[in-house]
Amino acid sequence: MKVSRRDLLAGAAGVVALGKTAAMQAVQPTADPSKVRGKPSRALGQRALSEKPQRQPRGVASSGTPHQDLYGTITPADLHFERHHGGVPEIDPKSYSLLIHGMVERPMVFSLADLKHFPSVSRVHFLECSGNFGGRGTATDITPQQLAGLTSTSEWTGVALATLFREVGASPKATWFLAEGQDAAVLTRSIPVSKAHDDALIAYGQNGEAIRPEQGYPARLLLPGWEGNANVKWLRRIELSDRPFMTREETSKYTDPMADGTARIFSFLMDARSLITYPAFPVTLSRGWIEINGIAWTGSGKITRVDISTDDGATWTPAKLQQPVLSKAHTRFRHLWNWPGNSEAVIMSRAVDETGYVQPTRTDLLATRGMSTVGYHFNPVTGWLVRPDGTVVYRTEQWS
Amino acid sequence: MKYALCCAFVGAFCAISIAAAQTAKAPAKAPTKESSPKEPPTFGIGRPATPAEIAALDIDVGPDGVGLPPGRGTSADGAPIYAARCASCHGKTGKEGPNDVLVGRLPGDAFPFAKDPRAPKTIGSYWPYATTVFDYIRRAMPPDKPGSLRDDEVYGLTAYLLSLNELIPADAVVDATSLPKVKMPARDRFVPDTRGKPKPR
Repeated sequence: MKVSRRDLLAGAAGVVALGKTAAMQAVQPTADPSKVRGKPSRALGQRALSEKPQRQPRGVASSGTPHQDLYGTITPADLHFERHHGGVPEIDPKSYSLLIHGMVERPMVFSLADLKHFPSVSRVHFLECSGNFGGRGTATDITPQQLAGLTSTSEWTGVALATLFREVGASPKATWFLAEGQDAAVLTRSIPVSKAHDDALIAYGQNGEAIRPEQGYPARLLLPGWEGNANVKWLRRIELSDRPFMTREETSKYTDPMADGTARIFSFLMDARSLITYPAFPVTLSRGWIEINGIAWTGSGKITRVDISTDDGATWTPAKLQQPVLSKAHTRFRHLWNWPGNSEAVIMSRAVDETGYVQPTRTDLLATRGMSTVGYHFNPVTGWLVRPDGTVVYRTEQWS
Repeated sequence: MKYALCCAFVGAFCAISIAAAQTAKAPAKAPTKESSPKEPPTFGIGRPATPAEIAALDIDVGPDGVGLPPGRGTSADGAPIYAARCASCHGKTGKEGPNDVLVGRLPGDAFPFAKDPRAPKTIGSYWPYATTVFDYIRRAMPPDKPGSLRDDEVYGLTAYLLSLNELIPADAVVDATSLPKVKMPARDRFVPDTRGKPKPR
C-alpha cells in the first residue's frame, strides 16, 4: 500500500492530538478516515486496534471471560474461559481418534473425519466451572470478570452422543460412562448414560469454526447445563459401564461438603445464576438514566425472569429479557434505572428459571453448604455498591 | 486500476444473476417427501477397535478393583520413590505442601469440610475409595513426567500414602486383591445430589 505524504501528516496530527508515543504512529486512526483510502481486503480479520479485551489468567490453570467488555450473549472464542488440570495439549487432528468400548456390542474407533461424517447438530449453550465464584474475600475492587469469569456461551457443533452410542451398540444395561481426555491430567469423569440420551454432544465446532485448543481441540464432550469439568476436553476415550468409576476429580475434588456432615457426589447441575455486567467495578456513573444489564443462565433449561433491585433487595422489578431466550445459554437482561446522583445504592439481580428455581441468597446457601473449602456450585445473589460519587464497587458481605 | 477491474467483474456477475432469475419462471416443485430421512440404526462410520488398541488406553481402575494390573508394592517400596518424585510438591511427609496435602486424619474421623475452609481434604480424611489413589498416580503423576511410573512403583506409592494415613499397616502389601478392600473413613459421607426440585437450595 502506497503511503502518501498527506497520510503521514494526518497520522502525525493524530499522534499529537492523542498524545501517544511514536511507536503507536503506524496504528493511529487518521483524523478524517474519509480523506484516506482504507486498507485492502485480507485473509484474516482482526479486532479494531483500540479494542483489547483480555482474559484474566488466575495462575496457570484458568482464565476468566471479560464479561464487562462484552455485549449480547455469545462469547468470542478467544475470550472463552479456560480451566485445565494438566495444561492445554497440542493434538494433531490427523492422528486424533476417539475410542468407545466397554459395555458395547462393537468397540469402535472414530477419527475426527468420522465424527464430522455423522449427522451434526449446532446448539447454543453456556459452560461454567463449578468453582466460578470470586467474591469470597474482603476486596471491593472486583470486576464481573473476577467475580464470575469462568462462564461463557458458544454455539457448539458436533455429533449427538446418542448417535455414537447407537453406532457402537451400547448395552441397555450400561448406566454410566467414563470420559477420558488426552491432556497431561488424562482427566476422567463418570457420566450417567441418561445424559447421552438427553442432550450430550461430542463437539468439534465453536462459534462456526473448529473448537479452540483451550476448549478441547479437536473434540470434547459437551454436557449442556452441567459443571464444566465433566465436559471432558481433548476426548480420547469413552468406556461404558454399569457403575461409576470414582475418579479423583469426582471424589476428592468436585464434591460438595454440606453443613450436615455429608458431601454431595456427582453434583453435575449448574443452578441458575445472574451477573450484572454494567454498571460494575470499575465504572464511574453520572446521574441520569442508566441501563443496568447483565447475563443470567441456568443448567435446568430457560431463564424465565430476572429481577432487579436498586435498593439492596428491599424491592424487586422484573428486567427485560433479550429474545430469543435459549435453553442452557446465557440470557441478556436489561433494566432502566434513573440514578439521581449523590446517593448510595446497592444494585442486585436475581435469576429465576423454568423449574421455578430462584437464585438463592448467600445466607440461604451458607445455611445448607457451610463454609466449604472451595465453594463449588456457589451461585448467590451478589450486589454492586454505587457510591454517592458514582464509583461502583463490589459489595462485600460478612462471611462468618 | 485493480479496483476498477474488480468492480467490472462484480458488475458482470450481477448481470448474469439477474438474467438467470428472469428466465427461471416455472414454479418450484413441491417436496416429494415429507421430511429428511430418519437416522438409520447405524451409519457404518468408524472402524472396529482392536483388543491391543483398547488395552493400550484402558487404564482406569474402578472402586471394585477392576482394571488393577498385576504387581505389588509396600510402604517401604514407595518411600524412596515418594522422596524422589513427590515430596517437592506434597511435602516431606505428605502434610507440608505446597500442593495438595495428602496425609492426615482427623480425631474421630470428623468431617468438618463444610464448616472449616482450611481443613485439607487428605486421602485419609476425605477420599472415599483407595483405588482412586492408584488410578490417579498412574495416569497423571508426577506432573513433570505424567504417566511415567511403572505399576509396581505406583503400588508402592499407594501403599506408602495409605500407610502414612494410617489406613493400612506399615508392612502391608498392596496389590489388585488388597487395594479394593481398604476401608476409607469418609466413604459413607458421600450422598447423591438431591438438587433438581423447584425450590432454592
